[in-house]
Amino acid sequence: MEFFRPTTLPEACHLKSEHPGALPLCGGTDVMVDINFDRRRPEALLDLTDVRGLYEVSRYDGYVRIGAAVPYTTIIAELSAEAPGLAIASRTVGSPQIRNRGSVGGNLGSASPAGDALPPLLAVDAEVEAVSAAGTRRIPIHEFFLGPKVNALRRDELIAAVHVPVARGPQQYAKVGTRNAMVIAVCSFSLALHPDAARVGTGIGSAAPTPRAALEAEDFLADELAERWETPEPLPDDVVRRFGELVAAAASPIDDVRGTADYRRHALSVLARRTLEWTWAEHGRQERTR
Amino acid sequence: MTIRLTMRVNGEPCAADDVWEGESLLYVLRERLGLPGSKNACEQGECGSCTVLMGGEVVCACLVGAGQAEGADIVTVEGLGDGEQLATIQQTFVDSGAVQCGFCTPGLLITAFDLLARDPDPTDATIREALAGNLCRCTGYEKILDAVRLAATRQSSSR
Repeated sequence: MEFFRPTTLPEACHLKSEHPGALPLCGGTDVMVDINFDRRRPEALLDLTDVRGLYEVSRYDGYVRIGAAVPYTTIIAELSAEAPGLAIASRTVGSPQIRNRGSVGGNLGSASPAGDALPPLLAVDAEVEAVSAAGTRRIPIHEFFLGPKVNALRRDELIAAVHVPVARGPQQYAKVGTRNAMVIAVCSFSLALHPDAARVGTGIGSAAPTPRAALEAEDFLADELAERWETPEPLPDDVVRRFGELVAAAASPIDDVRGTADYRRHALSVLARRTLEWTWAEHGRQERTR
Repeated sequence: MTIRLTMRVNGEPCAADDVWEGESLLYVLRERLGLPGSKNACEQGECGSCTVLMGGEVVCACLVGAGQAEGADIVTVEGLGDGEQLATIQQTFVDSGAVQCGFCTPGLLITAFDLLARDPDPTDATIREALAGNLCRCTGYEKILDAVRLAATRQSSSR
């Protein structure tokens, strides 16, 4: 097994095109587990630790560009206002040790249905910046997840960054697990309100082969909120309940060691109702102080 | 393929030969550098027994590839005290009865040491959050929380 340690992104891209089987490694919180347990022996490891550009956070035209290697600790400390859903989700990742090393780029690369950062990215229509020796392209997050642990990257591509629209309204993320730390989500849900566009965004985790949005639930809620954005009274119970049902219906969970499909559907409807009530109340507070 | 790995460990430059770059920093510390203080338990970042400081941040040594640690600055539990003199956090673990079987202790000491360096007067919630990645199956954690609080008190009164 070869081990490459590039110091620039062009060098990393060159190595990846020469060695398409090389597995990118950075925080190691997924890759090293597989190596330790001999579950994976890639032909090469492509260590991105020293590619400084991957740790940059920058802003432009209403977007935050988060370098692929920016650790969760930094996202929590610096992006709570601009990417609140992602920051809330980042707080639930593993432990301080894991959050110091793990990154959104790694979460996207692993493309696990349980990746905590992924539902919030769906809820805000983020875009993944993929880079190769041939150039750069932006992949809409809704087209990024192709199957369990399978993403839309070509074999010569690396994840350079994720582009997140700056929040214009409240966002939330909630997950179900056996304790607060060190938990792989049994199921998770992220909700983003976009009052200026009169839209909402959603993301479901750990309850389908990939992270996915609950599109019918989004349309239903956007319709229900259409006349309510400027006078945000508490929502009628039937609206909140129906939203939860539609979120649960958008999932296609399985029974596994962490929970049953039935439990996941039920829990998702609860998370959907809660996050709706939290975000809508926050929207109300923001409207009143405007 | 193996390499000669050079790092700074507990303030001292050191080197290990015949290191496979895909082995963990934990393996290098324990098996190649003779520093068995950092414990090997889960090998998947779940338990925190192998916690060390790398570049001043707490990390699980089992999740750092040896090849990634080239040139790194590492502090293990062996580096906390000064010769026979225990660090404050080590002494308060002893005084508070925070050690039972002892297997989680080195990782907890590093994590608590790091917490108190960043926040000399942490709230209980902050302590719990900081220690969330270190599992202890003996103590029930209460004595460990006592030890961290006591260390905070002793450090503030000695300043």
